[in-house]
Amino acid sequence: MLNSYSIRKFKNKAAYVLCLCCVVIAVVPLASILFEVIARGASQLSIQFLTSNGLEGGIGPAIQGTLILIGLTSLIGVPIGILSGVYLAEFGDNKYASTMRTINDILTEFPSIVVGITAFSIIVIGVTGSFSPLAGAIALSFMMIPIVARTTEEALKLVLNSIREASLALGAHQWKTILRVVLPAARQGLVTGTLLAVARIAGETAPILLTILGNSYFFQGFNQPMDALPLRIFLNSRQPSPEVQAQAWGAALVLILIVLALNIVVRIATKGRFKR
Amino acid sequence: MKIKITGDKIFRFSAGIIVASAAVILIASVYILTTGSTEVLQRFGLDFFMGTNWNPVEGRESFGVLPYLLGTLVTSGIALLIGVPLSLGIAIFLAEMAPKAIRVPVSYLIELLAAVPSVIFGLWGLFVLRFWVLNYIEIPVNANLGWIPIFSGTPFGLDIFTAGIILAIMIIPTVASVSREVISAVPNSIREGAYSIGATKWEVIRHWVLSYGRSGILGAIILGLGRAIGETMAVTMVIGNAVGPNAMPTSLFQPGQTLPSLIANGFLEAPTPLEKSAYIGAGLVLLLLSLLINILAHILVTRVLKVKGGAVE
Repeated sequence: MLNSYSIRKFKNKAAYVLCLCCVVIAVVPLASILFEVIARGASQLSIQFLTSNGLEGGIGPAIQGTLILIGLTSLIGVPIGILSGVYLAEFGDNKYASTMRTINDILTEFPSIVVGITAFSIIVIGVTGSFSPLAGAIALSFMMIPIVARTTEEALKLVLNSIREASLALGAHQWKTILRVVLPAARQGLVTGTLLAVARIAGETAPILLTILGNSYFFQGFNQPMDALPLRIFLNSRQPSPEVQAQAWGAALVLILIVLALNIVVRIATKGRFKR
Repeated sequence: MKIKITGDKIFRFSAGIIVASAAVILIASVYILTTGSTEVLQRFGLDFFMGTNWNPVEGRESFGVLPYLLGTLVTSGIALLIGVPLSLGIAIFLAEMAPKAIRVPVSYLIELLAAVPSVIFGLWGLFVLRFWVLNYIEIPVNANLGWIPIFSGTPFGLDIFTAGIILAIMIIPTVASVSREVISAVPNSIREGAYSIGATKWEVIRHWVLSYGRSGILGAIILGLGRAIGETMAVTMVIGNAVGPNAMPTSLFQPGQTLPSLIANGFLEAPTPLEKSAYIGAGLVLLLLSLLINILAHILVTRVLKVKGGAVE
């Protein structure tokens, strides 16, 4: 009897060690990725590398393109996403809203390359007639809208009902209550959700591969091919020349700095209050 | 009776229209992919799903997605085999075992893994992980067990196995965080009941907590499967990109191709409308597969998480 108890105690310890090992194994790739990107990327960084165009061996157009994509995508995705979230949170207790919520969740897990094909067929073929920043931004906003909608809904649900009731009791209309009272009260959550969505789309490659094509030159216009950091990393990694591959590591360092900076800002701003 | 139009009604109505944009995007995608692949489906019919050739030469065209469909399933299968046990270990550790002080930093690290862009996973896979897998797994396994068909061939590092490993790493954050929420949603009374009859912590977890949360954990796993199936860039960069009958996943240590990587590699270069249509058809297969999996995961996860009142996913 005593013996079987010690076996059980041993199993308990063993399970603890095993689970701890799982955590360690998962952290190894993260550590290695960060180490390699910093070690191989840092040697690339120079003012010249960050500002000159592709023909001079720089990633200036890629940085500019990523910033343009972030801006354009946010312009399309944030208002639509936030309004969707407002509907889901404030008028969300009916059949229509719950269907839309489910569709929104499914869209979050949409294969990114399919988004690329859709945007290619509609915008590149149908509207602009060429690869363009516009097509890229629309493709990325397809991915941004569901994320922003979801985080907005969660942020608005954290706003106390008593605040809504107080505003309504003062005679404010519901729409005014939502725009002037509820949204400002939830602004921290809204900013968090938007930043996380931006971090996510900044690193997306598949949708922009099919919509902006890549370009060695700086921004040429809204109906011309453009460059972006993730795309540059992908295209350079396939070149045989070691110098060009090294540029991919430099671009990766810049991209990961942008993405991690956004994530860390969010983390500090919310202090773990706002999960996932 | 007169219907009064008020600001509230206008606001509610317009938000109600905007919220449908997700549905519009979904329907537009299905429509685009269906109409785009009509040409190839009409020409090859069932052969498009069962064929193994990918021949764009005019006059001898033949397109079949079977090797890529299988490639997608095999790489995702490897990802689940490796990724799920690790994720469950992490979820159990974070939800049940870890001291409070390290719970937060560890979960932060796991979240950080989710924040790394897939193209950077691919870059790391191409220049770093590839050599680890090649030198420490593929060459020894191939030398000793090469007579088993799935381990045969000449290991090169850029193959189906490496793609599976990188997918395993990429699904860990998803599976671990959802499983952790499912485990946390198990009522404490279950644990207390088990402890009161003398179970050790591990026995409580294994026999009570995990079995109580099993359908939610299954949902988490299927969600991870959905991620793995749709993942494009990292796979494209490490899978070796075989095309045609060579892409049939007969050995793990052989270049392969998945549906997303096929599209990422060839879509833009496709010279003829028929070949473009074939790529769009591959996209349609991918979309249907992913919708099926994600709807299933959604049903499982929401059903479980609703059990705990107030906790919204």
